[in-house]
Amino acid sequence: MMLLIFLALGLVAVAGTVVVLTREPARQAITLSVFGLTLSILFVTVQAPDVALSQLAIGTAVVPLMIMLTIQKVDGRR
Amino acid sequence: MSPRWRLVLFVVVAPAFAVLFFLAARGLPSFGADIHPYGDRAVAVAARQRATANVVSSVNFDQRAVDTLGEEFILFGSVIGTLMLLRAAPEEREVGRRGAGRVLPTTRLAGYLLLPVTVLVGLYVIAHGQLSPGGGFQGGVVLATGWHLLYVAGRYAALRRATPPTLLEVVESVSAAAFAAVGLAGLVVGGGFLANVLPTGTFGELLSGGTVPVLNAAVGVAVTAAVVLLLAAFLEQAVVLRRTDGPDQR
Repeated sequence: MMLLIFLALGLVAVAGTVVVLTREPARQAITLSVFGLTLSILFVTVQAPDVALSQLAIGTAVVPLMIMLTIQKVDGRR
Repeated sequence: MSPRWRLVLFVVVAPAFAVLFFLAARGLPSFGADIHPYGDRAVAVAARQRATANVVSSVNFDQRAVDTLGEEFILFGSVIGTLMLLRAAPEEREVGRRGAGRVLPTTRLAGYLLLPVTVLVGLYVIAHGQLSPGGGFQGGVVLATGWHLLYVAGRYAALRRATPPTLLEVVESVSAAAFAAVGLAGLVVGGGFLANVLPTGTFGELLSGGTVPVLNAAVGVAVTAAVVLLLAAFLEQAVVLRRTDGPDQR
């Protein structure tokens, strides 16, 4: 179990770094969504399925969607 | 604040925080240990006294329900604030949707297939919050995002007709008030705000946990309405509203 936790933690670290290194906001929304997915995997491995569900719904769906819609609005104004 | 002062502040505060955090964390039970003082008590209350199989729900909606009431109103306030910010500006007008009908047939099919599945999963997660992982918040978000598969399937007009803002605002307010009303009922009947006054039922049955499923349902409706309102406001700004005058007229 400890191995799984560290594996998930490593995934979170890699995905988080990718989000930071993604400079273009529209692409960043996608990498942020993947980062949210790795976080929810980590929450499952530390036996917090309730938090994992919240993270999955908010972090991988709602927040990236709001960012994409905001980018579309802001780009449309230029 | 200039970058230089920001750096000075960071250099002063960061070590102090690190020391305090280290001292505070030393008092915690070790990670993955068999004995956990708070966990053991919470599990005992949830399983023996309140017949709530999902201990997390018992903590969120019974043992520490007042925290959840606070969170509920944080969400309520945030959504009101966001709706205020995203309202149509005076110079913005509704225009025809650009790029309509550019949805791939496979995307449309996936949207239509997943819509009923997601709505069912959302309702299941809300209804079984007292038994299995999930509850009003998680189920509400699943329900609200699942509903937006209509947009993914290219049916934005239908989605917009199906989400009347006034009705949703009323539903949102009533369900948030229902949470507080259950709390007041506990105060009147049980002698404590949000006291679990309903019969707790049989452990593991759908109707168990006393007020937990009732509060879960209230939160489920409130969160669904909140997220739908939020996404509707974002979608309207991104898809429908355009500035009609000024220098950047389209």
